[in-house]
Amino acid sequence: MTANKAMAAHPAIALAHIDKRFGPVHANKDISLVVEKGTIHGIVGENGAGKSTLMSILFGFYQADSGEISVNGAATRIASPTDAIKAGIGMVHQHFMLVGNFSVLENVVLGAEGGFVLNQGLGKARRELERLERDYGLQVSPDAIIDDLPVGLQQRVEILKALYRGAEVLILDEPTGVLTPSEADHLFRILRQLKAQGKTIVLITHKLKEIMAVTDRVSVMRRGEMVATVETAKTSPEHLAELMVGRRVLLRVVKAEREPGRTVLEVKNLVVKDQAGTPKVNGISFVVRAGEIVGIAGVAGNGQSELLEAITGIRQPFSGEVRLNGKHLPSDAAEARVQKLAHVPEDRHRLGIVTSFDACENVILGYHGDEIYQNGIFQDRRAIMADTEKKMQDFDVRPQDPHLRLGLFSGGNQQKIVLAREIERDPDLLIVGQPTRGVDIGAIEFIHKRLIAMRDSGKAVLLVSVELDEIRGLADRVLVMCGGDITGECAPETPEKQIGLMMAGAAA
Amino acid sequence: MSGPSRELPRWVDLGLIPLINLIAAFLVTSLVFLAIGESPLESVGIMLNGAFGYGSGLGYTLFYTTNFIFTGLAFAVAFHAGLFNIGAEGQAYLGGLGVALVCLPLGALPMVIIIPLAIIGSALFGAAWAFIPAYLQAKRGSHVVITTIMFNFIASALMIYLLVNVMSPIGSMNPETRPFDPNAHLPLMHDVFAGLGIEIARTPLNLSFVWALICAVVVWLMLWHTTLGYQLRVLGANPSAATYAGMKPQRLIIIAMLISGALSGFLALNEIMGAQNRLLLEFTAGYGFVGIAVALMGRSHPFGIVLAAILFGALYQGGADLSFDKPTVTRDMIVVIQGLVILFAGALEHMFRPRIAHFFTKPLKAKEAKA
Repeated sequence: MTANKAMAAHPAIALAHIDKRFGPVHANKDISLVVEKGTIHGIVGENGAGKSTLMSILFGFYQADSGEISVNGAATRIASPTDAIKAGIGMVHQHFMLVGNFSVLENVVLGAEGGFVLNQGLGKARRELERLERDYGLQVSPDAIIDDLPVGLQQRVEILKALYRGAEVLILDEPTGVLTPSEADHLFRILRQLKAQGKTIVLITHKLKEIMAVTDRVSVMRRGEMVATVETAKTSPEHLAELMVGRRVLLRVVKAEREPGRTVLEVKNLVVKDQAGTPKVNGISFVVRAGEIVGIAGVAGNGQSELLEAITGIRQPFSGEVRLNGKHLPSDAAEARVQKLAHVPEDRHRLGIVTSFDACENVILGYHGDEIYQNGIFQDRRAIMADTEKKMQDFDVRPQDPHLRLGLFSGGNQQKIVLAREIERDPDLLIVGQPTRGVDIGAIEFIHKRLIAMRDSGKAVLLVSVELDEIRGLADRVLVMCGGDITGECAPETPEKQIGLMMAGAAA
Repeated sequence: MSGPSRELPRWVDLGLIPLINLIAAFLVTSLVFLAIGESPLESVGIMLNGAFGYGSGLGYTLFYTTNFIFTGLAFAVAFHAGLFNIGAEGQAYLGGLGVALVCLPLGALPMVIIIPLAIIGSALFGAAWAFIPAYLQAKRGSHVVITTIMFNFIASALMIYLLVNVMSPIGSMNPETRPFDPNAHLPLMHDVFAGLGIEIARTPLNLSFVWALICAVVVWLMLWHTTLGYQLRVLGANPSAATYAGMKPQRLIIIAMLISGALSGFLALNEIMGAQNRLLLEFTAGYGFVGIAVALMGRSHPFGIVLAAILFGALYQGGADLSFDKPTVTRDMIVVIQGLVILFAGALEHMFRPRIAHFFTKPLKAKEAKA
């Protein structure tokens, strides 16, 4: 009893003076953090602020260069995830670590099978799993195959996995990135229940709304430093954003009413299949008119990527037609550019840029054949350089060095280079996927303003984002995609809950 | 999270690291020499002298260098486009056929006509041999590593058949063609210099050395100063981005392989038209494969390739002199030395890199702070 009392006085996790460098990058600078037992503790910060590094140190993926970790008041050396699990720390990763064709039970025991003969361990595990499900209200059938489960349930399995290993502290890394709003609500209910049972939860996210909704305390990181830890009840999203960026930021997008003009993009009965022949887009039709932003909302992986790739000519559609300015648009990325379609791809690193190339070589990507960049049979280096410098200036890209390798720019600045390249061509239609993924708050504000400016100058914009707030803030009209179909169309003011239902496939 | 960035100064990347790798290779070589009871220092002295110390030694070094420049460039062009063309051996072999088909029937024509025709012939046949693997890669996704190496064997079998059954003169027992007419010999550098009134040693070194240097410059211009080169490099660095940018990957794959095959084919200019003056078996002698190491060591940059080619040329020539001078050092020992250089400069290229990178990231940090 006395021992228990003594333990309760100690914080669940205490990090003291954690310091970590990766070569020239100082990822964590002298960070101290105390997470009290039985609380939900949020950690926010921009991309590259050092949140993930800090949690990776806590979970044993990296070793801190200096500093100390205490669990329940006792100094603990965590050299590997195994040590972390032994110390009662569990982690739910952003990308699930599950074996898709195994059952829930098999996944839960993975790595903790217990004994040479699997069956014996499995029987015990099944009873334990049933107890955990009962205690924490985490219902999943132990015999369901992971691939058959929706993402929300897969995440539940991840949580069960951690609990099965005796986790007292659960770290969740961006847990709502792949969830619909209602699934996210459900997750938060589970987290509160876990808290009520005495578990401690560390929640890493960049969504301030979630922080406000569910956490008790929140720590803010900026450029590798811990800038503040505050009681959630005594703060506001605006205040947190300011702490994250280091200056005041506008969280709301300001835009004027505008009457849309003629039809620019017309998609008719478009069907797109993947390499295996599985339909990803099931014959959808919609239009985008001049002077409007049409937002496509939906949980990632519901056909949005395939839709964008088919319109922009990266992927051949199976059937259906795309018309731009009333003319048939063949599925050809080069031809699309000629017809004044610009494309900011959702997966910047995979499609939009070449990280090993200089900034100036990225500025001509897709427009490398343009007359202005040619000088006889050679590329006109001077023209390319001048153009890059101008675009970097216009879009406030930092550092303003056309010869710097693109991989050395921050995500926000990379995205600005892509936007500059695509917007400065004065396209009739701009297709933007996840414009602010991996982009810091300061740059988000800038990018949103640019998109609104495009619309105000009478261009058509098609925006795809998994951030519902972004869609609702920017779009004039919202289409909701689920399972390759458009499950609804609504005004951006439509309550989030209703859009969420459409995202889950329910009819509007 | 972006990983740790390791931007090294160019002179470290292109100069210091290859040098350190080379020194490591020679240190291990020294151990081998000590084991057989030879003085490493003396042996290195003999090799250096053999490669650069006297006129004909230097001539032979540059003659071998020419081969390595061609095959190194060939590998590098494909490599920049993300293709691993290990078929230079076969492409060069067929290039020889192209040269012979020009030089045998047209040997009576003036030299100024034959030389361009032979260049075209070698390029055409080398490129044609690369085309089939290229087409299969582009349209069917058959990996060029597999197909090009298979085509090396096919080239070998084909040439044996042609030289034994078709191209050898009637009554000859040798699997080789008749000698080319004098007009179809590439001028030796010895003769070229003699024409200018300068006396140099007589070696097989011929005008194709100049052609190799021209090719290096052209490849450099093509890769970094033309739209085609830009497209090839985008394809190699990020194929999805190439598709996004509206490039045609299938066409680019074929173009890169054709250029690569043509460059391989040029090896025949040096060996067949410059030195042997007849088409014979196995004249490619592994130059195609060593070209991979040359390109990797030269970091796929034409300038680096020329330097690496000189190094390998010197190893060939200096090694030959060493095995001549020292009976204990057999030809096999020379192969061991070459192998060690390839091992350290190619396969273990990244062994010292992290430590060197760590050493040089400090000044970089200061620069970042300024920015």
